[in-house]
Amino acid sequence: MTNALEIEGLVKTYGDGFQALKGIDLQVAEGDFFALLGPNGAGKSTTLGIVCSLVNKSAGKVRVFGSDIDTHLSDAKLNLGVVPQEFNFNQFEKVFDIVTTQAGYYGIPLKKASESAEKYLRQLGLWDKRNTPAMMLSGGMKRRLMIARALVHEPKLLILDEPTAGVDIELRRSMWTFLEEMNRQGTTIILTTHYLEEAEALCRNIAIIDHGRILRNTGKRELLQQLSSETFVLDTAEPLEKAPELDGFYSHLDDEGALVVDVDKGQSLNGVFIQLEEQGIRVVSMRTKANRLEELFIRMVEDNNTPAAKEGETA
Amino acid sequence: MRTDAMLTAYKTIVTREIRRFMRIWPQTLLPPAVTMTLYFIIFGNLIGSRIGVMGGFDYMSFIVPGLIMMSVITSSYANVVSSFFSMKFQRSIEELLVSPVPNWIILAGYVTGGMSRGLGIGLIVTLLSLAFTQLSIHHLPMVILTVFVTSALFSLGGFINAMLATKFDDISIVPTFVLTPLTYLGGVFYSIDLLPGFWQGVSMINPILYMVNAFRYGILGVSDVNPYVALGMILLFIAILSAVSLRMLARGKGIRH
Repeated sequence: MTNALEIEGLVKTYGDGFQALKGIDLQVAEGDFFALLGPNGAGKSTTLGIVCSLVNKSAGKVRVFGSDIDTHLSDAKLNLGVVPQEFNFNQFEKVFDIVTTQAGYYGIPLKKASESAEKYLRQLGLWDKRNTPAMMLSGGMKRRLMIARALVHEPKLLILDEPTAGVDIELRRSMWTFLEEMNRQGTTIILTTHYLEEAEALCRNIAIIDHGRILRNTGKRELLQQLSSETFVLDTAEPLEKAPELDGFYSHLDDEGALVVDVDKGQSLNGVFIQLEEQGIRVVSMRTKANRLEELFIRMVEDNNTPAAKEGETA
Repeated sequence: MRTDAMLTAYKTIVTREIRRFMRIWPQTLLPPAVTMTLYFIIFGNLIGSRIGVMGGFDYMSFIVPGLIMMSVITSSYANVVSSFFSMKFQRSIEELLVSPVPNWIILAGYVTGGMSRGLGIGLIVTLLSLAFTQLSIHHLPMVILTVFVTSALFSLGGFINAMLATKFDDISIVPTFVLTPLTYLGGVFYSIDLLPGFWQGVSMINPILYMVNAFRYGILGVSDVNPYVALGMILLFIAILSAVSLRMLARGKGIRH
């Protein structure tokens, strides 16, 4: 199967000498739902900017569905839809005009462009706003407008840079559902996000980037299996004054007085419950403490920032 | 990109540009009409009647071609510089950059947009001038050709200005400090025969003098310079500015990081 995106030895050095990308390699398979994660300034937006022709690369190769952006840029662009992080449409233009104009840039005649615009504006709940100038839309509507605009030419690869930033939970969930449906219909999706819960819920493969290098590029399941422990929060029937001693487990009380227990891989939760039962503590509910991917992400980025890792970077 | 797709993309850019200046017509179409009407009344009627004959014609007839050309030049330039810089400023230029539209289509689209406004204003000013004087065309092909290539040239100038501009001040500097003085000193209101020899020589390095005179030749049949030399120079400048614009687009000057 052709890869939707292939990146080889990608380097970006800005005019002030700052090296944002230090030779990254990345492959995204056709049909994948892929997350590119990293802290601010890690190189996510630069990478996607190069793929979308918004940033000039310093070295390396980028291919979109086999089309090299150095030699077949037009073919590569025809397969790409882009949803940037910042609003980048003319605020004075009407919603419908913004979407049909974008279709026109891809050579789609107005009649067909209008049909496609209607389809996506309806799917994204913006059809009623089609004659409204973009500046009059709410933040969430503007985000959806950018998605409709990116899809109007039916790209095979959709790139979303922080698509749900600043969007309320309800709308975020509805956008997830929409994106999952697009992916089911065959669109390859690459997203960057600060909401790791989003990546964990949506994506099958994940790359973690920091300081211009790919730290990990693997399947979500493989990545999550690397977690050596999981943290559970237990709500007890009676409030606890101090955390009970649990043989083989580390436990403490959180700020709200709930019992927090770390369970290592291979350990059984039964051991926790048996010991709590013996101490007369009754558990009424239980949940995992935090997003698992978030824990792993923080750990990887912290490891990458250790003096040893930085020495390796200079070498 | 296929030829028919490129044509669609070109039409899309032009339509968008025309829609933009029509949407804000009180800022784009009305002011030149008002300004030129004042020129006709004050310079043509009130002062012109005391000046008498200029270049063999009454003063009103003499200044009309220059004023039409002046409005074409400023409107063509202003349309492209403000539209393209606004796109840079709002980052909506990224809509074009991520699409497969070739650079020469982007340039052609913006230049056509600038020409649409410039020529539209030229037509409005011409119609207004008919209320003050009679216009007889001496050489129609020269009139059409001159006004088209001049509009194209200044649209290209506006495009380069917008590419280089980093703030709104930068898009008003050239029109205010370069374009306006050159236009006023380009023989719109006088024949350079009136100037002493030295200043006649200085005037000859002003490119706008050639455009105004080529256009005046087309309408009145009189010119301070050879109109065919003027046309040749405009075409040469168009070739140079087109090459510069395409080079800037290819390098992403001011629009790509």
